[in-house]
Amino acid sequence: MSLGPAEVAKIAHLARLAILDEDAPAYARNLSAILELVDQMNAVDTTGVAPMAHPLDMAQRLRPDEVSESNQRAHFQAIAPQTEAGLYLVPKVIE
Amino acid sequence: MMEWETVIGLEIHAQLATKTKIFSGASTAYGAEPNSQACAIDLGLPGVLPVLNREVARMAAMFGLAIDAEIAHRSVFARKNYFYPDLPKGYQISQYELPIVRKGQLRIDLEDGSSKTVGVTRAHLEEDAGKSLHEDFHGLSGIDLNRAGTPLLEIVSEPDLRSAKEAVAYMKKLHQLVVYLGICDGNMQEGSFRCDANVSVRPKGEPKFGTRAEIKNLNSFRFVERAIEFEIERQIDLIEAGGRVVQETRLYDPDRGETRSMRGKEEANDYRYFPDPDLLPLVLDDEFIAAARASLPELPEVKKRRFVEHYGLSAYDAAVLTTSRALGDYYEAVVAALGGEPKLCANWVMGDLSAFLNKEGQDIAESPVSAAQLAGLLRRIQDRTISGKIAKDVFEALWAGEGDADAIIAQRGLKQITDTSAIEQVIDDVIAANPAQLAQYRAGKDKLFGFFVGQVMKLSKGKANPQQVNDLLAEKLKG
Repeated sequence: MSLGPAEVAKIAHLARLAILDEDAPAYARNLSAILELVDQMNAVDTTGVAPMAHPLDMAQRLRPDEVSESNQRAHFQAIAPQTEAGLYLVPKVIE
Repeated sequence: MMEWETVIGLEIHAQLATKTKIFSGASTAYGAEPNSQACAIDLGLPGVLPVLNREVARMAAMFGLAIDAEIAHRSVFARKNYFYPDLPKGYQISQYELPIVRKGQLRIDLEDGSSKTVGVTRAHLEEDAGKSLHEDFHGLSGIDLNRAGTPLLEIVSEPDLRSAKEAVAYMKKLHQLVVYLGICDGNMQEGSFRCDANVSVRPKGEPKFGTRAEIKNLNSFRFVERAIEFEIERQIDLIEAGGRVVQETRLYDPDRGETRSMRGKEEANDYRYFPDPDLLPLVLDDEFIAAARASLPELPEVKKRRFVEHYGLSAYDAAVLTTSRALGDYYEAVVAALGGEPKLCANWVMGDLSAFLNKEGQDIAESPVSAAQLAGLLRRIQDRTISGKIAKDVFEALWAGEGDADAIIAQRGLKQITDTSAIEQVIDDVIAANPAQLAQYRAGKDKLFGFFVGQVMKLSKGKANPQQVNDLLAEKLKG
């Protein structure tokens, strides 16, 4: 499977990445190479092999349902560009 | 005119009633100051790692067991990628290919008395997003991330529902179940239980599904019914006018009673799910699942059947009294305190008590009259200290907090008169005071019997035992 510039542009948009048009062919080549590797892996017969969700062969540790965090709003909001009435302010997004 | 069939599937988000977030130790208490319960993990700051809340897994397992579903011994968390300001990480942690709860089912009761089994495709765990406030912040939006990371159980039904009414019946049944299980507070105003509906229509008999629209923003049973009904009609009108339904997300506007397209959102529907490398697979062993099973309360259907068999209630009464776990518990506490008379208890809990609660918009848990106090009142009806009619006045006083039934009866002098000679005295007085009516009655005007009863009750301030009044009066009027 190989990607063209239009697919590269779409993937970049989905990831909110700004790329230069002139770089698109190079990205297309590199991404296509990755997909070719996936194709090779797909060709292997994996009948009876359970899909792996994580490289570590361990299970998720569970935490007790107890409040351990205190209010550190002032601390966090010190690095926010803009706040008001305890809210983070962002450019308006309307549905 | 073509006949159409509606196909509906619901996705219900139930907020799990944990103390803390799904992946962080921040509180989930409702109504806190904005962003005061959003910690570094909820904010998606660099270097943090999510750790799953054990209680979330237990609650999801309880739900799965209650709908006869298989609980996955191994489930996987995945990232659902999209950009929105109330989702700080740029992805929502959810479950995709391997959810915690697999296929189950729920039986719903329909208005015509029949019932239907609705398939539940799956239920998976995920985190909620924050809240965007689009009011005036000088052209900007305000973001409150207190809700970000709140645990949700998304319950996906099969496309088994065939009308808005069935959809509502299913939603109500699920609501009752999660509240019974104690895994969700069910508060729809606060968004603890909300619904998206997938709606499509097809010509009757057509095996293939039509193109569906997904309606969002349904946070009440009434809205679900109205939105689906509107949407069915919109789709049928559209097709009959030669148009085609487009697969899209639509928003329900309760003020206008219509659904409308959420323009431009479709292009973003490429979530690029992949397993979250920050989280290991969730492994639940048999012991964990057995413990979840052991913590299941008596489920509504089982309780209903027991109320019919054990207390001899009608199916209707049993259904009403098991609407919520709290109501069923209250009822049983009244019966236990009174030591019997389950039908009398049912009548009062479903009648006067429920009427007062409804009037005040209160829940059974907030009832100012305790089960023991109500039983105290019913005991006095049972031993004929007061009549059923006087009991209503005593109940009002109980509600107003004037003390226990016995104190109110004593204080207001409401004790029923059962002494035959005392009642006879009152009857004699009434007869003596109404010679004209007596003559008419004896001349054959039977209707006047009610007049005499009324006069006797009035003179005795309602305290004379009604049955004795009837018997003695009939005797005396004969002359």
